[in-house]
Amino acid sequence: MYPDYMNESLKKVAQTRNKRFELAKSGKPVFPPMSAEEREEVLNKFHPDYKPDAISEIRIGPNKGEKLTTEVADMLESRSRIRPELFDLTHPEYETDILIIGGGGAGCVAAIIAMKNGVKSTISTKLRIGDANSMMSQGGMQAAVRAQDSPARHYLDAIGGGHFDNKPELVRTLTEDAPETVKWLEDLGVVWDKLEDGSLQLLHGGGTSRKRMHSCRDYTGAIIMRTLMDEVKNHPDKITVFEFMPIVELILDNKGQCAGGILYNLETEEYFTVKARATIIATGGYGRLHIRGFDTTNHYGATGDGLVIAYRAGAKLLFMDSVQYHPTGAIFPEQIGGFLITEKIRGAGGQPLNKHGEIFVFPQEPRDVETSAIIRECLERNNGIETPSGRLGVWLDSPLIEMLQGKGYINKQFPAMHRQFIRYGIDITEEPMLVYPSLHYQNGGIEINEKGETNIPGLYVAGEASGGVHGRNRLMGNSVLDYNVFGRRAGKYSAEYVKTVELGPLSLEHVANYENELKNAKIKTDLITPVLLPSYTPEVVRKRQLTAHYEGTIR
Amino acid sequence: MPTKKEAKKKPVKTPEAKSVKKAQDKEMVTVFIMGKAYKVPAEATIMGAIEYAGYQIKRGAGCREGFCGACATVYRVPNDYKIYTVLACTTLVQEGMWLSQLPAIPTQKPVYDINKLEPNVATFQKIYPEVFRCVACNTCTKACPQDLEVMDYIQAVLRGDIEKVMDLSFDCLCCGMCAIRCPAEIVQHNVGMLAKRLYGKYLSRESIQLKKRIQEVKEHKYDKEYKELMKMGKEELKKKYYERDLE
Repeated sequence: MYPDYMNESLKKVAQTRNKRFELAKSGKPVFPPMSAEEREEVLNKFHPDYKPDAISEIRIGPNKGEKLTTEVADMLESRSRIRPELFDLTHPEYETDILIIGGGGAGCVAAIIAMKNGVKSTISTKLRIGDANSMMSQGGMQAAVRAQDSPARHYLDAIGGGHFDNKPELVRTLTEDAPETVKWLEDLGVVWDKLEDGSLQLLHGGGTSRKRMHSCRDYTGAIIMRTLMDEVKNHPDKITVFEFMPIVELILDNKGQCAGGILYNLETEEYFTVKARATIIATGGYGRLHIRGFDTTNHYGATGDGLVIAYRAGAKLLFMDSVQYHPTGAIFPEQIGGFLITEKIRGAGGQPLNKHGEIFVFPQEPRDVETSAIIRECLERNNGIETPSGRLGVWLDSPLIEMLQGKGYINKQFPAMHRQFIRYGIDITEEPMLVYPSLHYQNGGIEINEKGETNIPGLYVAGEASGGVHGRNRLMGNSVLDYNVFGRRAGKYSAEYVKTVELGPLSLEHVANYENELKNAKIKTDLITPVLLPSYTPEVVRKRQLTAHYEGTIR
Repeated sequence: MPTKKEAKKKPVKTPEAKSVKKAQDKEMVTVFIMGKAYKVPAEATIMGAIEYAGYQIKRGAGCREGFCGACATVYRVPNDYKIYTVLACTTLVQEGMWLSQLPAIPTQKPVYDINKLEPNVATFQKIYPEVFRCVACNTCTKACPQDLEVMDYIQAVLRGDIEKVMDLSFDCLCCGMCAIRCPAEIVQHNVGMLAKRLYGKYLSRESIQLKKRIQEVKEHKYDKEYKELMKMGKEELKKKYYERDLE
């Protein structure tokens, strides 16, 4: 339930609704979309990435001298969890054809495709298989399948959304493989939303010029992820899964080829050596680093682990100066602060409104632009709604959706969202949601080509951990597509690669070298990475955690 | 586990980040986490309370938004005989709550080749014969933190109504609460998963336009357009982008 003091503003939202409904129904734009100049202005003034202290120079490693997101630069200038000299690499505890790091969407897809190509793999994952941002995607997956749409048009939308920085060959791969990916998933048993005649039900996303978003109600990610997991678990002889066992360093061979990784058992705190002929990083993003103090839509394990282990091994990062904030994260009730409110809400006709009940931005701007406009409305124009704890947000008018699409639409199409709010006494068919931008996606990552290859032979990357596909801003529905398209490619091309590669003796020299680089650059840090898990322990408890020495797993 | 330094990192307060509420002047309640009493904020979720108490969760947290089912939790409250089965991430604490998380729930997942199955009741008889032990006691439905009609979809399996099973189990998070409470020892969420896959693969109507588009891509219909776009400089591309028509 909303507190009483919000009633006045809620009343204004209800009062303006009929007029906004008439305009939306007419098919005319409900608010003028921004020109290139207007976009630039609002981004420069209000996007968190454009603040002077948002980026810092990285002093070591393959991207030395470049400016990266400050929290990322801090994370990379850190020490390893292991001492390389303690590992006997001549007797690996595990051997596998392909080591897949991460059991989310990209990892599972890669394992399935590698298997189809006759190659066995091992998935090593920090939490459970499927504990990933892939599970949480609500809105959908883009693919240009209708006659009035085309893959090339999808390309133009994606590259424009990414500020024309995206690697063109990756965008082509993403958009051209998309229709086939829809079919591949359906053949695995994904239940797409369809119309009576069997054609796919498609909606708009921010920055798309045609309706091309495929969905599974608002459990799109969950349905796809669970289908993939089910398939992975149907092949225990071809795909081995290690849960609660993250990889904490990569292993190279004497020729600089990637040759596996160091496995860490989160529960027993043991380390093991995994020798692999090829390695795929599918570790996802970094929302749990809470960049600039933002809430996040991300899952518990999203701490950018793949970035730092790849960086130490010499992999080049791309576009790591840009962070995606989802325009609409929940800001009230407190307990669901940061929760993703899918863009599909705006795709279905939901509108962002200020405290006067007025629409102030075209609801389908690309995410960074929409985000910046919401921040401007709250901070500069002072038109935000204050929450009981002093945060600011804007309304996202969901009842309008029922007027536009028919009664019962929200319950049918947004069961997760309806459930999320009704627990707190807010019925989103009757009342709007209160939202503010939330840390959502790692736009950049480890640079790949269209085969998912990196600059390190034998090291592949797929999904959110990779960089180049989305430039400096991803469009909605392109990440589910990304992990499927590039997961498939990484699976396929790594399976080809392992048939011919010859590995030399294994080495962790790069870990020791990185430590030296830190020293030579006079970087003082006691940060140990990969981060693995965020800590939400309150200060008062931390002050009493005074164990002086660690003994085994006793902390 | 985070190091001391990470642990000390505080959210940076910046103009665009929201202010963080102070811990003091919050109403508090006492909860018993696996039997030990802790004072926690009354408005906390169970997951928030466990972390507020000082636990570093390893198992028992995933998406933290009600999609992954990692945080299955059971609790009782004073003067109430009932056992409650919930998700820690979406349930608020109450005074006197005695709670325990279930780090994992033992389930068997039969292995099958989805390409060789038929979408009918015989498939379920073969893969999940225990479904036919259902005594329609409705315990599964009562245990579901998503308020799904679990028993109804298990009963729909018996009738071979796969579409109904798909529809009723669509929002299942596979938290396993139904499976652990079921007197017939059925693993309901796995049964629902099989039904969804069978429906998506075999029963959902085929999209003609999708088939056509895949064929067009195979025949390189878009090669020329792609090549032109990929050749364009930034300015030319920008012009084309801002001039494109919106549906």
